Amino acid sequence: MPEAPLLEVAGLRAGYGAIEVLRGIDVAVGAGEIVAILGSNGAGKSTLNNVLSGLLPLAAGSIRFDGRDIAGARSETIVAAGLVQVPEGRRVFPNLSVLDNLILGSYRRGRARRAQGLERVFATFPRLAERREQRAGTLSGGEQQMLAIGRGLMAEPRLLILDEPSLGLSPLLVEEMFTLIRRLNTDGLAVVLVEQNVVQSLVIAHRAYVLENGRVALSGPAASLRADPALRRSYLGM
Amino acid sequence: MSQLPIVVPSVLNGLTTGAIYALVALGLTLIYGVLHIINFAHGSLLMLAMFGVFFLHKLAGLDPYLALLVVPPACFVAGYALQRGVIARASHGKDHNILLVTLGIAIAIENVAIYFWRSDTRTLDLSYAFDTVNLGVALVALPRVVAFAGALVVAGGLWLFMARTDLGRAIRAVAKERQGARVVGIDVEHVFAMSFAIGTACVGVAACLLMPTFYVTPQVGHSFVLIAFTVVVLGGMGSFPGALAGGLIIGVTESLCGLFLGESLGQIGIFAIFIAILLLRPSGLLGHRA
Repeated sequence: MPEAPLLEVAGLRAGYGAIEVLRGIDVAVGAGEIVAILGSNGAGKSTLNNVLSGLLPLAAGSIRFDGRDIAGARSETIVAAGLVQVPEGRRVFPNLSVLDNLILGSYRRGRARRAQGLERVFATFPRLAERREQRAGTLSGGEQQMLAIGRGLMAEPRLLILDEPSLGLSPLLVEEMFTLIRRLNTDGLAVVLVEQNVVQSLVIAHRAYVLENGRVALSGPAASLRADPALRRSYLGM
Repeated sequence: MSQLPIVVPSVLNGLTTGAIYALVALGLTLIYGVLHIINFAHGSLLMLAMFGVFFLHKLAGLDPYLALLVVPPACFVAGYALQRGVIARASHGKDHNILLVTLGIAIAIENVAIYFWRSDTRTLDLSYAFDTVNLGVALVALPRVVAFAGALVVAGGLWLFMARTDLGRAIRAVAKERQGARVVGIDVEHVFAMSFAIGTACVGVAACLLMPTFYVTPQVGHSFVLIAFTVVVLGGMGSFPGALAGGLIIGVTESLCGLFLGESLGQIGIFAIFIAILLLRPSGLLGHRA
């Protein structure tokens, strides 16, 4: 693990009302890393995500991003600091054009270099350039996922959290998505990949955490987790 | 064809009244589009703005058109404070609570107004109130022409604002996808309050354009907000072009019904249209089908 992590989560507890979902989570992400957060449905992956993005309050623990304490900060402060989430279910603005969706990606951060940002996103996703005037609600699922990622990139993130980016995509598109994530990372972007797609996530990630019942059950370099007998049994059915 | 000489002025008068309806409806439809509630306090805020214009003229000698520099900004600030300080706090994020809170605010404002100003009807006495403009086909009162032009300018400006500015885009984004808006760092509570503020500023403009020819009483908001609600439904809930077109249609309908059925029956046409729209095209003329 790098010496000064970009994101450092310690003893994180959170939940909904009286129901505790996260029961003490420690996670660290270094600059330039792809870190996968794996786990079955209900393990607490999305809750962790929402706490990190300031959408859900935390009950206890600390979150440091880039040396700053962001635990309990408002979502706009967290985005302004460069921690940007591409949410599960895309959450694009269906009534706005593709272009307006992307522009709003730089609402809080990256506004000064908006034109360059748009150019970069359109170069990455030529499909979006073709459909810039089209309403986002009329795009296909794969295109909406590209738009959601493009919108996230418009904020010039220092750390991008991708929540289930492969959900609902065809196998071919899933392949494309993972290639894209690796490319973004090669360009220097740190990525947290929250996925149910364990096999492919472990292929591209540097390290991974496996959540079970709101706790970190396993963690380590992706390569050694791929070979871990316990993980192979529970996720890969081997 | 012998009726043409009276029909044309009647249509023109209807268009000018309709422009004011459109202005009130624009504010209502903006707030509806974002907060998903009918703002019952809209009419009483219009009434307060009209009293503001009235007293600025009576006490400070300020012309109603110059009051455009004072009253709409004051309404903007009041709208922001009302939403952020009262409505958001009292409703705990539940839409039906917001509805009741705005109703409560309407009742409170109106009764305070009655307490201070009684139910007397007040009008301004302006030198230009009876000036007319010759439009070729008919003579139209100058203040009505100004009101028409003013409403169109505001509607156009609002449209540009919504289409071209970041805040306008954020307002449209929050209207449909609040979670997505939070994820890109939009302060959703601020956007709610800004929408309410802009909607209230619209009635501020309407008040300035109305007062040269209209009267003010503590109950004056009722008739406007009821018609504005009809306009919003006619045009399509949340649609700006719909509010503008709906306002003009309703204004002309009222005027023509008044001409042919008698002044006191002028509003029959409005509600006939309202019922017809609900039956035939519930999403409104320019609204999106749910």
